[in-house]
Amino acid sequence: MKNIPVSALIGLFFTGLYFLAAVFAPLLAPYGMAEIVGDVWEPASDQFLLGTDNIGRDLLSRMIYGGRTTIFIATAATIISFVTGSVLGLLAAVSGGWVDQVLSRFVDLIMSIPTLIFALVVLSVMPVTVPVLILVMGLLDSTRVYRLARAVAVDIEVMDYVEAARLRGEKMGWIIFREILPNALSPLVAELGLRFIFAVLFVSTLSFLGLGVQPPEADWGGIVKENKEGIVYGIPAALIPAVAIATLAISVNLVADWVLNRTTSLKGGRG
Amino acid sequence: MGQVATLLAQRIALSLLLLFLVSILIFVGTIILPGDVAQSILGQSATPEALANLRAELGLNDPPLTRYFAWLGGILQGDLGTALTSGQDIATSIGTRLGNTLFLAFWAAVVAVPLAIFLGLLAVRYRDRWPDKLISAVTLASISIPEFLIGYLLMYFISVRLGWFPSVAMTNDSMGFWDKLNAIALPVMVLTLVVLAHMMRMTRAAILNVMQSAYIETAELKGLSGLDVIRKHAFPNAIAPIVNVVMLNLAYLVVGVVVIEVVFVYPGMGQYLVDHVSKRDVPVVQACGLIFAAVYIGLNMVADIVSILSNPRLRHPK
Repeated sequence: MKNIPVSALIGLFFTGLYFLAAVFAPLLAPYGMAEIVGDVWEPASDQFLLGTDNIGRDLLSRMIYGGRTTIFIATAATIISFVTGSVLGLLAAVSGGWVDQVLSRFVDLIMSIPTLIFALVVLSVMPVTVPVLILVMGLLDSTRVYRLARAVAVDIEVMDYVEAARLRGEKMGWIIFREILPNALSPLVAELGLRFIFAVLFVSTLSFLGLGVQPPEADWGGIVKENKEGIVYGIPAALIPAVAIATLAISVNLVADWVLNRTTSLKGGRG
Repeated sequence: MGQVATLLAQRIALSLLLLFLVSILIFVGTIILPGDVAQSILGQSATPEALANLRAELGLNDPPLTRYFAWLGGILQGDLGTALTSGQDIATSIGTRLGNTLFLAFWAAVVAVPLAIFLGLLAVRYRDRWPDKLISAVTLASISIPEFLIGYLLMYFISVRLGWFPSVAMTNDSMGFWDKLNAIALPVMVLTLVVLAHMMRMTRAAILNVMQSAYIETAELKGLSGLDVIRKHAFPNAIAPIVNVVMLNLAYLVVGVVVIEVVFVYPGMGQYLVDHVSKRDVPVVQACGLIFAAVYIGLNMVADIVSILSNPRLRHPK
């Protein structure tokens, strides 16, 4: 772990910072999340470091709590998409035959509808609550993980050691989790970062459209929605989440890039 | 040519099949899920009688299969049903809006595609030097910010601070062509930024891939200049992947339009869809969903067809 490049270190630092802020939100936030403490759209001052929002709540506190919601939902959705996608992908690669065909064609079908459109169709009949959001986002995104996991596993599946395991009479569970998964982990971990960023952008978009996290809960997309009227009057409150989302996404990207480069160099790739 | 015709026919048939399955998926997605349409329209406080009436009116008591075929039959005849909330004919409402959306997407594509290909070529020509690095950095930044935030950033700095273009893109039929273009200037800019990064990156990757072939080395060894090598030898062989990239991004553009229309209050399909999702107007959502999916599948099909037509190995299989 000695040779971490500077860019990856910066990425790790900021990613860690955001996650810590999310975990310790109640300790860090100077005011309550829904507490009205000042006038409408006050400029930044010593009292309110980022100013106040459209109904006079402290924007910094809302950003911290909002980050917590956004990061929590994105993390949970990523975990669901990863567990579902990689287990099904590895299963398809190992079983082959009709299992592979059915799963892969079904995934093709889902992926032929744009994710946002499909999510909107589903959310038009489902109650918009946090668990529903996490489930919908996670399952829709698991199609991407499935594709990657299957592609990686198909390559590993033909290796001699997998064949040896099969000949020893190991069961499918052993082959998936003890033979293939450890060797497929690095590309999957790099993909994890990208899926997480996608989840952050996706939940922010849904909340911005009013179909994600519901008020008075704060989240980054919702903060944009609440403060967007201010833009026309030259009040930049709605732009603050842009900075937060962009720095988080770039940091995670830098880490993912490093993981990916590391794995290609391990396999003797030319990078 | 017979071989190509078969390939193309197969590809088109596949798209039609896919579209049919997607229509089932969209229909099932709004039926099977635990939510009750009548309940969500009337709210929790609705009386059982009102619920029963609405269910009968919407035909919710018929078996799903009957409803699906009634719906599909209507669509094939151009009848998209009526909106629950306003009682208007969906096809008429969508007609003008679809035109508006395509107008917006078309101009975004006209700006973005040539620019992306040019910048992609530039990045390859100056690989690993500052133009390439700058382009990569901007790319990374622009894929890290959601579309709607890019929209507000531009609205704040260009429209509000500099006062160059209108901050909302309200258009109507009485506006002249140039007024319309002026109104959609900002949304076009945002959409361009959104797809530019991805398109440029993949153009760069596609050309770099070709640049590693032996015939490129030959071209370099016989003394052609860097740009000539790219123009005469690399680019023609990279056309198929680049067209693919362009089509995929146009498909993406169609989806990006949804969010951007909401940001700039543009009267297109996206705003229509989002409005009716929050009102839980299922027939409208189904119709819009199907149209977006059809455009998406269609563009993907065109991408595949172009790559079949432009690949000599696929045209003349052994």
